[in-house]
Formats: sequence, structure tokens, C-alpha cells
Amino acid sequence: MAIFLDGNSRILVQGITGSEGTKHTKRMLASGSQVVAGVTPGKGGQTVEIDGHAIPVFNSVQEARAATKANVSVVFVPPKFTKGAVIEAVDAKIELVVVITEGVPVHDSAEFFAYAQASKHTRLIGPNCPGLISPGISNAGIIPADITKKGPVGLVSKSGTLTYQMMYELRDLGFSTCIGIGGDPIIGTTHIDALRAFEADPETKVIVMIGEIGGDAEERAAAFIKEHVTKPVVGYVAGFTAPEGKTMGHAGAIVSGSSGTAQAKKEALEAAGVRVGKTPSETARLLREIL
Amino acid sequence: MDLYEYQARDLFESHGVPVLKGSVATTVAEAVSAAEAIGGVVVVKAQVKVGGRGKAGGVKVAKTIEEVREHATNILGMDIKGHTVNRVMIAQGASIVEEYYVSILVDRAQRQYLVMASTAGGVEIEQVAHETPELLAMVGIDPLKGIDRALALSIVQQAKFPTDIEGQVADVLVTLWKVFQSEDATLVEVNPLVKTSDGRIIALDGKVSLDENADFRHPDHEALVDESATDPLEVAAKAKNLNYVKLDGEVGIIGNGAGLVMSTLDVVAYAGENFGGVRPANFLDIGGGASAQVMADGLSIILSDPAVKSVFVNVFGGITSCDAVANGIVQALSMLGDKATKPLVVRLDGNNVLEGRRILNEANHPLVEQLDTMDGAASRAAELAGKAGK
Repeated sequence: MAIFLDGNSRILVQGITGSEGTKHTKRMLASGSQVVAGVTPGKGGQTVEIDGHAIPVFNSVQEARAATKANVSVVFVPPKFTKGAVIEAVDAKIELVVVITEGVPVHDSAEFFAYAQASKHTRLIGPNCPGLISPGISNAGIIPADITKKGPVGLVSKSGTLTYQMMYELRDLGFSTCIGIGGDPIIGTTHIDALRAFEADPETKVIVMIGEIGGDAEERAAAFIKEHVTKPVVGYVAGFTAPEGKTMGHAGAIVSGSSGTAQAKKEALEAAGVRVGKTPSETARLLREIL
Repeated sequence: MDLYEYQARDLFESHGVPVLKGSVATTVAEAVSAAEAIGGVVVVKAQVKVGGRGKAGGVKVAKTIEEVREHATNILGMDIKGHTVNRVMIAQGASIVEEYYVSILVDRAQRQYLVMASTAGGVEIEQVAHETPELLAMVGIDPLKGIDRALALSIVQQAKFPTDIEGQVADVLVTLWKVFQSEDATLVEVNPLVKTSDGRIIALDGKVSLDENADFRHPDHEALVDESATDPLEVAAKAKNLNYVKLDGEVGIIGNGAGLVMSTLDVVAYAGENFGGVRPANFLDIGGGASAQVMADGLSIILSDPAVKSVFVNVFGGITSCDAVANGIVQALSMLGDKATKPLVVRLDGNNVLEGRRILNEANHPLVEQLDTMDGAASRAAELAGKAGK
């Protein structure tokens, strides 16, 4: 078991013929994922040859799904076309849509999230996220597959490289699923969604939650943990030194007034019984103590 | 991007939100001619992107041209909470009988939009929410449906606006929704929305934040950028497409990925506590593909900051491989030549790390020192900055 992504995941890549799409399709295949189709409007009928795999390209997600039974889509199309691509995937009843694209207008994210939510059949992850990996089983997105292996730790994080750093710190233990939910103001899958799934996943024994400044997602996750999570959780929050009013890289990472500070998030998590590390390596040590 | 009040006013006017006459001035002479064009009583308002300008003396009523001259002279150049006033808005005066509040914003928690409306305007809305929450109506908006007249009216009624102006306020709300949606705003706030003695409803002061990710469909938004209010290093970095934020410490930071860079700032600040309180000098995310040119651009921005005493390059090779980063550092240093004068502490980990470390060892640059862990390298960079003195 793992969460959201498992041995039955059949991946299609929207934007497969673009440079990022091709590059990461190759990496996904190398890590053992079943990439069964690509979609690029106007390029249907072509085939993308990658390391001995011949991936058929379709004009639409609908056609790709009908021909290949794809149930997961990874979206690499440029920001301008992302909303259309996601809506197309939802209409084709794709169960999991992972939006890697960075720089999507927040109004577009709000609309396609609402659309996916209303469909009741599509889970959205991202946008502006690295995707997710269930090591040794499947990899949907851009997370490097060779950092670590299958194991008992579940990881959910807003940030890509911090996800990789934490996977590296705990590489000897291994992970059930690592999921990067993205740091945009509106995202499809939240810390809470991932926590709920990890709690229900028998393979996950302990959870690492990585947050960062901005919004109150970590505070809400803390309240959820207190009520609903019985497995041990350790946390890390980035951005203690971030000044007010400056956006730190992610569109959502901004401290406004007294809200969104790392300190407030740390305190909320600790009040929910989560041990919070000051640095990624200290967080890894805390987890080892628990395990 | 946050707009100035005068820019928000202009934007409101272009969409049909009722506003008073107003124009911006950067000199006393411009202020005077603006006041003459408007006529009658005007208000001279400092244009800064920070609250509390009224208390700071940045908003003054002028009944005569002499008073306009006097207030503009005092306000231009004034410092309000660290922001220098480079321009004032000359706004038409009005006889105000009531002050209200309305805003539309992105609600991150609910992943939709939110309208807030209150008859308690003219004060910070946080204060209203805290002290008299019963006076604040908060209504979630479905991004796929937006705000039509019927919904606007229902919101206005929930906020208990006087019945005689319900219709007018609802009309304003529908128009503000048009601004919010068609301009890709993340915040449209009117505070105060006023009722004048002749019964008109007018947006007296507005705050608008626009989503820069949507710039591709708003070529006109570029003209709203005010580079004079931005740190010159940030302007230079932006020209090179670098994600850079100037901070006030001594340790220059380069890393890949927003989260890791934020984390690096923290780790350096903690380490700095042991070395005279040195702190990070900047945020700089060079992103996934760290080419030599990107590394050189980044290093050159950081090294041109006189406050920087040491530099910490912290890269976790996920997609990027460490050998490419190492080559980037070596090439960047050779491109910079004599301009590279500060010690560089480098921590590489992840994809192809051994080759990356080998390349740096072989280059054996006198300014470069490698450490294996993020914590260790942060401590060393802080130590070097501490030794160089604050």
C-alpha cells in the first residue's frame, strides 16, 4: 500500500512532447512507473520513443484514456494552457491529476480546483508541485527516484527541494509515499488530505510534515492531527527568518501582519503533540527517536 | 503586486466603480496644478504601500491652493514606516456621512474567493473582525459562479447595510467583482466605501493586489510596476530572472528551490547566534537548472551587496546534478575574476554529488570551501561572516 499512487497507477503525461514533459517521462519510466500515454493536441498518432518504450501520443485526454486505461495524469503544459488541460483531464474522469507547472494564475487554479472538486471523481495535486512518489512502485512527477527506497515513513511537504532533502536525511529508513503539494495560494491536495490518507495507510508508520510560511494550512493541519491522527508525526517549518511582506519564492510564502509566521505554525503543531525540528536534520533526528 | 492607491483608483474608474476625482503628483508644482484642475477642497494623500499614513501625517485636507502647496511640501519626501513618499495623490474632497467596508479576496483555506462586507468602515478590518465580528459579513464565492446582482444584494443584506442604499452598494460590489476577475486580482479592498451627504456611494480609498502569474494576459499591468520603490539589487536580479529578495544580514545565500532556500536562511540565522549575530543577507533561489550563467548572475548580484561578508551556496541535486552546479560555480568564479572577493562555503548533496565535490576540489579555488552537511556549512559561513565583522 501507499497513498494516492500505487501499482495500479497508469500514467499519462499532458505535454509529453515538450522538453520538460519528455525529460521527466524518461525519469518516470526509469523509476518503474507505468507511463502509458502522452497527450499533445495536434500531435495525436505520433509515438514518443524513450529508452525502448514507445509511448503513444493522443490529441485528447479522452482518447488517451479510452485507448490506454490511463487513470493518472501528470501535467507539464505551460501556465497559459494549464487550466484547459486540467479541465480536460477532469472531463475524461482521470482519477488523479498532478500539476507540475509553475506560474499558474491563482484565478485559474481556483477555477480548476472547483471544477475537479465538483466532479467528485478527480483528486488534484498542485499546481507548482514536484508530484509524488511511492518508492519502488510508481513515480508521478519530478521527484528523484534514486534518493531512497520503500519504507515506513510518509512525507508531505509544500516544497520540492525540502522534500528531497528530507528523503535524503531518512534514506536508510525509506518511505511509503512522498508527496509535494506545492506552495501556491490555492492547491488541490492539502496537508490534511495527505495526513488523512497516511493515517489510513497500514504501511505508513510515522509521518513527516513539512510546512512553510504563509496562510494557515499548518495550523489547520495541527488541529486535524490532534483530532484524527494516531500515528506519530514530526514537523518542520521553513521561514523563521522571513520578513513581513516579502514573498519568498513560492507565491503563497508570505508573512502578512501577524499571520502566517513560522513561529505560529510551530507552536500550533507542538500544541497538537507534533515534535518540530529547528532544521531538516534535527527533524530527521526527532523522527529516528520516535521510530 | 500591490498597487498604490492612485493606481487602484484609476483601475476602479476604468471599470466603472464610483470614485472621486484624483490624480498623482511627484512634485509640489504638479500637486498644485492637479488641485487647480480638480477645484474646491482637496485631500493631499501620501502614496505608500503601508498602512497608518494618516496617523503619520501623510493625509491632509487642503482648502486653499496655499494649503495644497504646504501639505505637498511636507508630505513629499516624508518617511512613513521606512517608506519614502515619492508621490502624493490629490483627491477631490467630499462630505462624508457614513463609512463602510467591502473586499473580495482569495481565500486560501477554503480554496475559493471570499467577500467581506461591513458597515463599520474606515478602520482596520482586522480590528472589526476581532472586536465586533457581528458587524462583519463573510461570504464564500464559488470561482465558477462569481458574484451576480442577486448574490451581491444578499451579501449587502447579510452585512446589514441601511435598506435605502442596499441597491447602490450591491451595484458597487458587482463592479468590484468585475475588477477582481477581469484584472486577475488577489485582493480588491475598498476602505472606506462612503456615503456622501448628497447620497452617493463612493470608493474613497482602495487596495488592489494583482497576480503576477497572470501578467501574460495583462500586458498593461507592466506599466503599474514601480521600480523606484524596490531595492536596486532586487531590480537587477529581476532583470536577470532571478528570484531574489534583499534582507539585512551579512551571509549571502544561494540555493535551489524556494523551501530549501528559506530553510537555509533559518539555519544560517541559528548558526549566526554563535558568531556575533550574523544573519542571512538575501533569499536567492536559482531553481532547478542551475547553469553556469545563472550561478554567475546570482553570485554577481550577491557580491555586489556591500553588506555581504561570506556566501553560502546550498544545493540539493534533485533534478539538477551536482557536477553541473560545481561546474557552474567554477565558471562563475572565472567569469567574475577579481570581482569575486568574499569566501564561498559550498554544500552539495544529492544527484551525482561525488563528481560535483571532485570538480570543486580539483579547481581548488582559494575562496571556495566545501562542507558535507547543511548545518555544518551554515555554521562555517556564519563564522566567516562573523570574523569579517558586522
